[in-house]
Amino acid sequence: MLSKKFSWGFLSLMIVAILVLSACGPAAKTPAPTTSTEVEVFSWWVGPGEADGLAAMVTVFNQQYPNIKFVNAAVAGGAGTNAKAVLATRLAAGDAPDSWQAHAGQETIATYVTAGQVKPLDDLFASTDFGKVLPATLLPLISQDGHPYSVPVNIHRSNVLWYNPKVLAAAGVTANPKTDFTTLDAFFAVCDQIKAAGKICLSLGGPWTAVHLFENVMIGTIGADKWNGLWTTPPTTDWAGADVAAGIANFAKALSYTNADASTLSDWQPASKMMIDGDAAFNIMGDWAYGYFANPAPNGLALTPHTDFDWAVSPGTYGTFNFLSDSFVLPVAAKHPDATIAWLTVAASRAGQEAFNPLKGSICARTDCNQALFSEYSQDAAKDWASNVVVGSLFHGVVAAPAWVTSIGTAIGLFQADTSKTADFQAALVAACKADGTCP
Amino acid sequence: MFRKFTLRVPRLILALALILLGAVCIFTLGKIHLIIAEKNLTSLGLLAGGLIFYIGIVLVISMFESETVLSIALLLPSMVAVAIFVYSFIGWSIRVSLSKWKGLNPDFTWVGLKQYYILFHNNPRFVIDVRNTAVFTVGFILGCLILGLGLAILLDQKLKGEALFRGIFLFPMSISFIASGVVWGWLMNPATGNRITGINLIFQTLGLKSFISLWHSTPQPWGMAFTVIPAVWQLSGFTMALYMGGMRSISDDLREAARVDGASEFQIYRYIIFPLLQPVTLSAVIILAHMSLKIFDLIVALGNKDIRLDVPGIYMWTTTFDGTNYAQGAAIGVLMLVSVAILVVPYLVHNMRTETQL
Amino acid sequence: MTRRVLTHTLFYIILIILAVFYLLPIYLMLLTSFKSFDQVDLKTMWSLPTNGLHIANFIAGYKQLAPNINNSLMMVIPEAILSSLLGSLNGYLLAKWKFRGSNLVFTLILFGMFIPYQSILIPLVKFMQAIKLYGDIPGLVLVHIIYGIPITTLIFRNYYAGIETEILDAGKIDGAGLMGLYRYIMFPLSAPSFAVVIIWQFTQAWNEFLFAVVLTNQSHWPVTVALNNLAGSQLVQWNVLMAATLLAALPTLLLYLFLGRYFLRGLMAGALKG
Repeated sequence: MLSKKFSWGFLSLMIVAILVLSACGPAAKTPAPTTSTEVEVFSWWVGPGEADGLAAMVTVFNQQYPNIKFVNAAVAGGAGTNAKAVLATRLAAGDAPDSWQAHAGQETIATYVTAGQVKPLDDLFASTDFGKVLPATLLPLISQDGHPYSVPVNIHRSNVLWYNPKVLAAAGVTANPKTDFTTLDAFFAVCDQIKAAGKICLSLGGPWTAVHLFENVMIGTIGADKWNGLWTTPPTTDWAGADVAAGIANFAKALSYTNADASTLSDWQPASKMMIDGDAAFNIMGDWAYGYFANPAPNGLALTPHTDFDWAVSPGTYGTFNFLSDSFVLPVAAKHPDATIAWLTVAASRAGQEAFNPLKGSICARTDCNQALFSEYSQDAAKDWASNVVVGSLFHGVVAAPAWVTSIGTAIGLFQADTSKTADFQAALVAACKADGTCP
Repeated sequence: MFRKFTLRVPRLILALALILLGAVCIFTLGKIHLIIAEKNLTSLGLLAGGLIFYIGIVLVISMFESETVLSIALLLPSMVAVAIFVYSFIGWSIRVSLSKWKGLNPDFTWVGLKQYYILFHNNPRFVIDVRNTAVFTVGFILGCLILGLGLAILLDQKLKGEALFRGIFLFPMSISFIASGVVWGWLMNPATGNRITGINLIFQTLGLKSFISLWHSTPQPWGMAFTVIPAVWQLSGFTMALYMGGMRSISDDLREAARVDGASEFQIYRYIIFPLLQPVTLSAVIILAHMSLKIFDLIVALGNKDIRLDVPGIYMWTTTFDGTNYAQGAAIGVLMLVSVAILVVPYLVHNMRTETQL
Repeated sequence: MTRRVLTHTLFYIILIILAVFYLLPIYLMLLTSFKSFDQVDLKTMWSLPTNGLHIANFIAGYKQLAPNINNSLMMVIPEAILSSLLGSLNGYLLAKWKFRGSNLVFTLILFGMFIPYQSILIPLVKFMQAIKLYGDIPGLVLVHIIYGIPITTLIFRNYYAGIETEILDAGKIDGAGLMGLYRYIMFPLSAPSFAVVIIWQFTQAWNEFLFAVVLTNQSHWPVTVALNNLAGSQLVQWNVLMAATLLAALPTLLLYLFLGRYFLRGLMAGALKG
């Protein structure tokens, strides 16, 4: 038999009970105290090595500023679940963190400086020694109208050619990658030898690594000056001209020596592993690969430099340092601007950079760090950093705005599907430059 | 509608008490923070206040003894929430898509349909996206429906170990899209020769050489069809659960009656169960369609933003957040919604017509 | 009888082949999660871990996830319960108490499912700030419930549409009202649908990343954000990531096993009629 009434009171009580239970149930977390000063720093340093580096730099910060609480709002940047989206949403909704990470260069300038979200750092650069210990060629790349806008904490090198000496020896290669690859053609000649020995010459990973390869082949073909000329307003190197066409031809040829499954690989790691495993001879990848090869377990493969793997700069780029850098900014809308200045001061300081970089596997942006703290590779790179011509990376946000990088990436992806369409590819590059507004 | 009103004093007192309590909650918590045992419970209190207030209102309305009024009153919170969180936000998106907002700062300058023109005019990426979405949607929905219905029928046979199989088929759903995209990327590695691996290696070992495939690196548009595999793997278990729920709602009496009338098992499914499962199929199609048209994480993890495997979700993401071109990104979002409207709404309307006829 | 044995054997063979297909990727994840970092390699993905099982991956994964598991549970449990109750009520009203325009209301609610969430993040954050529910877990629960309304309503409505209205007529004769009929007739019949909806809402909210990371502040981040943060900006430890992914999937798996029973409970209708 059915009850005729429905108990309203019972329902209300049940719902209220669910709410109360869910509130008082699991363990409490204390909310951040709002009275003392804090600095909320947004970064994408969460992985092995980099998170440790950040923690070490925070230790330095806590020693120097014991009354500022460091709030670590780090969100990983990889695999589509992007830190940038979180940051962009927070900024658009008026909830800016006290400082955030951005790639130094046009990525910072086009995204944050143009929007008026960050302040110039002339005072910080003037009041500390920071401006004096940076390579002279770096400052213009992180500045807009002569004002620096971000504090580069670390430097990574993009144009590194990693190779497996055993594969080279087995294929009877006598050329030395450290001195003999003055042109791409010299490199391709070696590739033919390796191909004849039944190995892949150049291993390539997922789609973005093709953009990474493109920038280094282009620099290797046209040289540092013309590379820089592609990014000035208006460009002094003609995007539709013969130089770029030569770079595209070399890029197409380089792609012909790569593994066919490249586009399906998840990232750079499997491509580098292919070289380590002896299936491929060379891999062009940034110098974060060094930590993967040489670090002891569980963060690395614990390999021996020079026997298991070795390095040179990518073909045709001797004397050029293609860099990328993580940097921090001073937001206009920072809730604790003094704390932000304190954080940036530590990030720019020798103590801060010496704490961070050895763990991260990068080198200091400053040229005066104590080299004894660093790995053999990093010491090598630091020497080049202080003496080479510094140019900026395309994929890693130094020379072009993110939208431009995206359209170049799209063009490269389409080109990979059919590398005979060189004219279409060059036309797409010209169109990308026009769409950005840099080309007239 | 409001013809009858029966005053029930205890209910009225309860209602007024709840309304008052709710109002006080909202009013005070809007001004001060509620902190109990160092926990900030302000937002919870606000929500609870709103709910208590609303229950009070419903109690009053229930005294009108009009089923229609009560029904509308009970639906109202959902309708209001959807109006705000869906339609006002869609409106916002449409407005942004008609502006020239580029960069982090809002800029609502009116530019008409310019953003749409850019998308449609000589844009190879958009063409790829449309084609890929079509391939993916058709493959994904058909794959999930066929496999899901098949699994549900198999598990409907009162076999032993049903619970175990059900668990196995549902399990993929609990894995994040990103992890499953990565693992399937490994499984569907197209390398050949001495680097052969993944499923291709299994095929080679089993002597099934003709099955060895380039998977999603097959020239387009067929490469995109392979991205359906991980998606079907994840969602066919849920489709199965939907069908199982539907089959359980069909009473055993009905089947028994048919059996007595001499119907074969096949005929029972064909003439009794399948027609009754039609509303469930509708649910499944809509749920799967909404996932496939918005698909993002899975394709990113599987295709690593390879332009050949691009979909509108990725295009919108890179345009909005990498390129900070909010107006253009909003235009892509609006087009995704419009395409849904074109595809799904006629189906919904048709379905409701036939339903009312029944 | 022999024919029955034959068909059952056939069914089992099909089921086992399908089960292998469903378990293959899980097996690969398990395999990877027990390997050391230097063994993670495409070429040798099928080979067994050497030097013992690397349980350390699970410990490392757990350490990363642990602080956020509480947040996830606090969010998902109320979310799944309230969301399915609301969906059930909506579905019941829209299926059995049709009024003029109720089909339109249903269609409009349903359409909300198709909104691409990435494109409405900014107005969403602004609105949540305005109603003071930004930054904390209850706000996230509310957002999940609201964006779950279309799907939960759809599943329940279409489930209830398959139940004969005569059952309700019997209750009406007994004098039960709108809510009485729901509580004493429809609700007890809804077990399979509750199972489906709770499975869906729990999984969605548990695995959801975008709203979670945008709408809550750093101390309230749920487990997906921690899981996401296992992947570094340059180096990814796939072995640890797979271990953590499996760990993060455990609560959902337990729920599936627990709810599975309720699929069988849908046949109260016969009992009531008798």
